[in-house]
Amino acid sequence: MSTFESRKRSRELNEKLIKLALISAATISILTTFGILFSILFEAIEFFKLRSFWYFITGATWSPGVIGSQFGALPIFAGTFVITIIALGVAIPVGLGSAIYMSEYASATVRDYLKPLLEILAGIPTVVYGFFAAITVAPLVVKIAEFFGLEATFNSALASGVVMGIMIIPVISSLSDDVIRAVPDSQRKAAFALGMTHGETIKNIVLPSAMPGIISASLLGLSKALGETMIVVMAAGLRPNLSWNPLEDMTTVTVTIVNSLVGDFEFNSPETLSAFALGLILFVVTLILNMISLSLIRKFKEKYKVNTL
Amino acid sequence: MIKRKKEKQNNNPFYDSTLKKRHASAARFKKFTLTSLLFSIAFLSFFLFDIVGKAIPAFKVAYIQTEVTFNEKSLDDTRFAVDKKYRDLVSRAWLRDIPSLLKENPNFMNTTITTWVLADDQVDQYLKGHHHKLKENEITFVENLLSQGLIENKFNAIFFTKGDSKIPEYAGLYSAIVGSVLTLIITMMVAFPIGVMTAIYLEEFSSDNKFTRFIEININNLAAIPSILFGLLGLAIFINLFGMPRSSPLVGGLTLALMTLPIIIVSSRAALRAVPDSIRQAGYGLGLNKIQVTRDHVLPLAFPGVLTGSIIGLAHAMGETAPLIIIGMIAFIPDAPTMVTQAATVMPAQLFTWAGMPEGMYIEKTAAGIVVLLTILISLNTVAIILRKKFEVKW
Amino acid sequence: MIENDNKTKIAVKNLNLYYGVNQALFDISANLYENKITALIGPSGCGKSTFLRCVNRMNDLIPIVKIDGSIIIDNKNIYDKDVDEVSVRKKIGMVFQQPNPFPKSIYDNVSYAPLKHGIVKKGRDCDELVELSLIKSGLWNEVKDKLNQPGTSLSGGQQQRLCIARTIAIKPEVILMDEPTSALDPISTEKIEALMLELKQDYTIITVTHNMQQAARVADYTAFFHLGKLIEYDETQTIFVNPHNKKTEDYITGRFG
Repeated sequence: MSTFESRKRSRELNEKLIKLALISAATISILTTFGILFSILFEAIEFFKLRSFWYFITGATWSPGVIGSQFGALPIFAGTFVITIIALGVAIPVGLGSAIYMSEYASATVRDYLKPLLEILAGIPTVVYGFFAAITVAPLVVKIAEFFGLEATFNSALASGVVMGIMIIPVISSLSDDVIRAVPDSQRKAAFALGMTHGETIKNIVLPSAMPGIISASLLGLSKALGETMIVVMAAGLRPNLSWNPLEDMTTVTVTIVNSLVGDFEFNSPETLSAFALGLILFVVTLILNMISLSLIRKFKEKYKVNTL
Repeated sequence: MIKRKKEKQNNNPFYDSTLKKRHASAARFKKFTLTSLLFSIAFLSFFLFDIVGKAIPAFKVAYIQTEVTFNEKSLDDTRFAVDKKYRDLVSRAWLRDIPSLLKENPNFMNTTITTWVLADDQVDQYLKGHHHKLKENEITFVENLLSQGLIENKFNAIFFTKGDSKIPEYAGLYSAIVGSVLTLIITMMVAFPIGVMTAIYLEEFSSDNKFTRFIEININNLAAIPSILFGLLGLAIFINLFGMPRSSPLVGGLTLALMTLPIIIVSSRAALRAVPDSIRQAGYGLGLNKIQVTRDHVLPLAFPGVLTGSIIGLAHAMGETAPLIIIGMIAFIPDAPTMVTQAATVMPAQLFTWAGMPEGMYIEKTAAGIVVLLTILISLNTVAIILRKKFEVKW
Repeated sequence: MIENDNKTKIAVKNLNLYYGVNQALFDISANLYENKITALIGPSGCGKSTFLRCVNRMNDLIPIVKIDGSIIIDNKNIYDKDVDEVSVRKKIGMVFQQPNPFPKSIYDNVSYAPLKHGIVKKGRDCDELVELSLIKSGLWNEVKDKLNQPGTSLSGGQQQRLCIARTIAIKPEVILMDEPTSALDPISTEKIEALMLELKQDYTIITVTHNMQQAARVADYTAFFHLGKLIEYDETQTIFVNPHNKKTEDYITGRFG
């Protein structure tokens, strides 16, 4: 074999190895997703061998660590639901309103300063939000409730819900801002030429066009709220409580997962395994929300032929 | 008056009474959106103000000037190193350090020196005007010392040089900082190469087939999975299956690496995509193969963007707590770890632990820790933005 | 000035427009006549579209624009302080170069503005207005069975006629058209030119066009713009056959633009 041929051979081998390395790196993301899915699924199945799945979904008593322990997760789902609704109730109006102002009303310089400011909210670690919720907001809620003659606990769902909502504002505002700006200007011009005010143009023409993107942003915000851990671990309660009263304490899926794992129970006990059962529900729900959100954005991109999202 | 107004209206063919309501409605709408924006800004200001306000007291701590006796009796039971009246007012932990102080200064043996001794946390909290548990007579004594200038607030070096402690005045961030550094080194050592290689594969080498789209779907999903579930993965696979040491920066770093992958992949892909195709065409035109073109021509141009994305990923990982709690990194860590396989904690986890402690001094320490953490994050993000602006090439 | 029996609908007096420090329109004065089609022609960037947008105050939407001078319609300067720009646009409609129907149904595209302005209420009155507008814009027969379909499902030419229909629906007195056929195929163009000739009986039409043949076909009067100045304004016949200004002649004969 001539040196030319042998060099060519080794170069080709080199290329193949590099390509293999690159593909292997790329498959790690696949392995990770499936790793999460299967590890959670496996342990969750172990849990459901010990306790009823049906009762898990619908039962109202969650009492681990005792003889005859029951694992009905309904109050936990309810608590998660209440806190999440409060969070979205803060994040969606404020996030969407901010996005509308920045994209439709604000001048370029104002926008340049304010957009990064909102991004700062996104960069604050959740443990910091949790501290703020527990040390400052929760006592404030108690005081305000007293002022109105109501009683609030120091672990009120309201405190953690509001702070969680603030944390999610950038998720909603950032994506909404992008989709609103993606609505073609020709639509606005047509509306103005027909004698519409700016407010009417936004409400009747721009927002309906941007709606798939806004819904997508809301679903992403919802998904983030469901999976949020630190704020609720630090400021919400530990007691599963099936209640609609935001001034009461209640607990969420993520808090229960943490609690089930930092206890002194054996790894194969139903107490510890229940964390994986809850993790499975969380995984499936956030996955579905994420897929719906992505398909909405994809449809929006196709419709307006946008690449900036 | 009204007559004149009506005349004015009659002369104006463009007068339209129905418009007033519509304009008012439009103005209200604009006001609502502005209010939302201001609410976010107001919260940010309130939050910063509150945290910094709570943190500032932590950077100074009270010291009492008194006599410390070094002899056999005091070394045996360090409580006897100070006078009885001071015994409950100085830090027990500081006293426990006396033997090591003696090792550094053996000439102190059998002498009594006057020096500044760290005060007990209750004294410090009293002086700062916070809730305290001092008794009446102790308060009188402290005020007395204060008026004599025998109590001073000194810079709280302990906060930065010591690790965690169950004794509030002796608790510091040091071991958590070391833990964070070790964990993040592992994180970036794993996430950076894998992330960049994945991006290179997707942008330069892959074709638009099912496999590629599958990878992209997975990356999107990974980005949206709640962080706590990565903790479950770490627990079930790294700790249980692979038997790696619990609470170690190794496991923490690997777990965070998986979380950081999507950020690095997405930003690296954007950086690679931004390099215009003409660069690649020029390379091929010169007879180079794809690997050479990518390695020698595309990658260097994309590098600033890749670096920026990685710094942002790093900042993200630095603030993560939930998955690390699941894999056990919230143990009590007084001494900084020296190897990645030892038990450790990270800064946000340390703050989480402190926030749950009953003693009041931990609140200001947590707030101070938050200020330190936020400062580091803001610096990292600023560096990333400066890098991006500096190397931003307009094609 | 031209001597005739025409009634002036729009009297432009010393109109100057600035984009920040750059002046784009220089001392424009002209009387635009009622129920006539006036074409604005000139090379790219000559200011004809900018001028058109002054007539319905669309330039007000651009923050750095400053306007000097007056445009008098029905004895009122539309740039007076007590004139609401929204009500100006009710009287003066605009059709754009690229058809831009709303992503709503054909019916809703036409009915949206009249309902908002309170011209009709929902129900039979509204249905009649939609039908009338679509008939007038020559689109009714093609869409009467599919009023619920989205406006964007129509062809380019049909979309443009839909845009004309929705403009007519608010009962304007003037219709401004900014190169209405340049994005359309020849057959649609022909249909719209025929439509313009019909519409001028009820409306005053000002149209910007870069197609001189179109101006010659449909316009009663033509205004030639060059570098922000109104060079010549006269009956179309005169402009094309016997222009007074050399620049006009050069443009008409294709020496530039």
